[in-house]
Amino acid sequence: MSTLAFLLNQSVNALSQAALLFFLGVGLTLIFGIMRIVNFAHGTLYMLGAFVGYSAVRITGSYWGALVAAPLVVGLLGTAFEFGILRRLYRRDAHAFLMVTFGLALVTGEAVRLIWGSEALQVPAPALLSGVVFLLDEPFPVYRLFLAAAGAVMAFAIWQLLERTRLGLLIRATSQNAEMVHALGTDVNMIRSAVFGIGCGLAALGGVLAAPLVTASHGMAASAVIDAFVIVIIGGMGSFLGSLIGALLVAFVQVFGNYYYPDFALAFMYLLMLLVLVVRPGGLLGKEA
Amino acid sequence: MLSIRGLNTHYGQSHILQGVDLELARGTTAAVLGRNGVGKSTTVKSIMGLVSPTGGAIALDGVDIAGWQPHLVARAGVAYVPEGRLIFPDLTVIENILVAERTPARNWPLARLLELFPSLQARRANKGSQLSGGEQQMLAIARALVSDPKLLLLDEPSQGLAPLVVRELARIIRLLRDAGVTILLIEQNMKLAEAVADELHIMVKGRIVYSADPHRFRAEEDQVRSRYLTV
Repeated sequence: MSTLAFLLNQSVNALSQAALLFFLGVGLTLIFGIMRIVNFAHGTLYMLGAFVGYSAVRITGSYWGALVAAPLVVGLLGTAFEFGILRRLYRRDAHAFLMVTFGLALVTGEAVRLIWGSEALQVPAPALLSGVVFLLDEPFPVYRLFLAAAGAVMAFAIWQLLERTRLGLLIRATSQNAEMVHALGTDVNMIRSAVFGIGCGLAALGGVLAAPLVTASHGMAASAVIDAFVIVIIGGMGSFLGSLIGALLVAFVQVFGNYYYPDFALAFMYLLMLLVLVVRPGGLLGKEA
Repeated sequence: MLSIRGLNTHYGQSHILQGVDLELARGTTAAVLGRNGVGKSTTVKSIMGLVSPTGGAIALDGVDIAGWQPHLVARAGVAYVPEGRLIFPDLTVIENILVAERTPARNWPLARLLELFPSLQARRANKGSQLSGGEQQMLAIARALVSDPKLLLLDEPSQGLAPLVVRELARIIRLLRDAGVTILLIEQNMKLAEAVADELHIMVKGRIVYSADPHRFRAEEDQVRSRYLTV
């Protein structure tokens, strides 16, 4: 394999990995920006997305159906959770949120075990995406190209949502001063519910997109929540662009680290985080520490 | 238009508002003066629903809005210019205004606001954090007006502004009054309050203790000042 082909191959690999990480990180950072809470259940909702996707494929017979159903179902669950439980806690201290979202992670994890069992489940990629293409004469899985493209499209769509729509304007304003938005006539509780739902739905989208690569399994949750935290810490809590940059950096470090020094692959991610925190304690695009 | 009766508000154990009574007729401007910590800001925050009153009534056109959530108070026609302006720092001037435009403005559309505040027109694409204090104050007022309010609450708008900007502020407040906006102005700057208000009130320890029109106020100013306002 030529060096160029190798670099291209690994880069597309990293981009596809970045797409999955971005779906995790952007939801976490949006939720943090609006609510100032860290959603400990984020990795578990990512995993739930994969399992809901598995069932959706079985029921609808279509992977595309699963791509719509998983984010929708998990997003609605997230909204219901915000509406039913989190909303009662906004006047309490941050510890209450930590406990409650941690509880959500535990309950959801056990519910997944009860409903789908403890085995990893195969979610096949649709025929259209399961082949390989040749990049510089090297075979490359179409599915990974699809992931990279899906990540780019969604990043663009979320950016447009934030910059061009009224909901996006209100989300940005709420992340800067929720009380003022409330006093200007917008029910910020609705914004919070919506953002929590969107964030959970994006995590689930990442999960269902990851499923054909890694199978739907319980192990997804723990690594996902850690990756998501690292991305958001690197990019800056609450920053959309930060989550995109964080996902790209982490993915490239993971993929290339894994190739050259597989024993230290995990350490590189933390080294990167450490480096960023030393230089910019609030993250690359964060406001302050 | 606005009728406050026996308004009480607590912050935890401390009893901040101890029975505020205040009447404000449509199209007029009332100013509330008083030393720091007597409850002036708490009064507007109580009207706005940002703190919950523990007793009393706040009637807006006959409807008691005491204890309503802020967004419902806003939709009932109350607009709020907070102490410290609280502009959204990372939104542009235009975006700051658009946050408050829930339905297309009739009386105060964007174009009219930019005409009223030429400095905002010049800086329309700038971020809120890049504006001077005076520009931020004008933006906070524009942001409040775009919702076509019945009642405008101004909490210490002159704070930290240069004398020239305060004079411009007085011009704007009079202009709004002449356009029919009902205004409740909280101030420490007695000159500004005197220049724009139809009625002046003085607050001490959570109550209105003195009310007068500008003529009487001017006549009694020295006694009033030494009795209620100097520390």
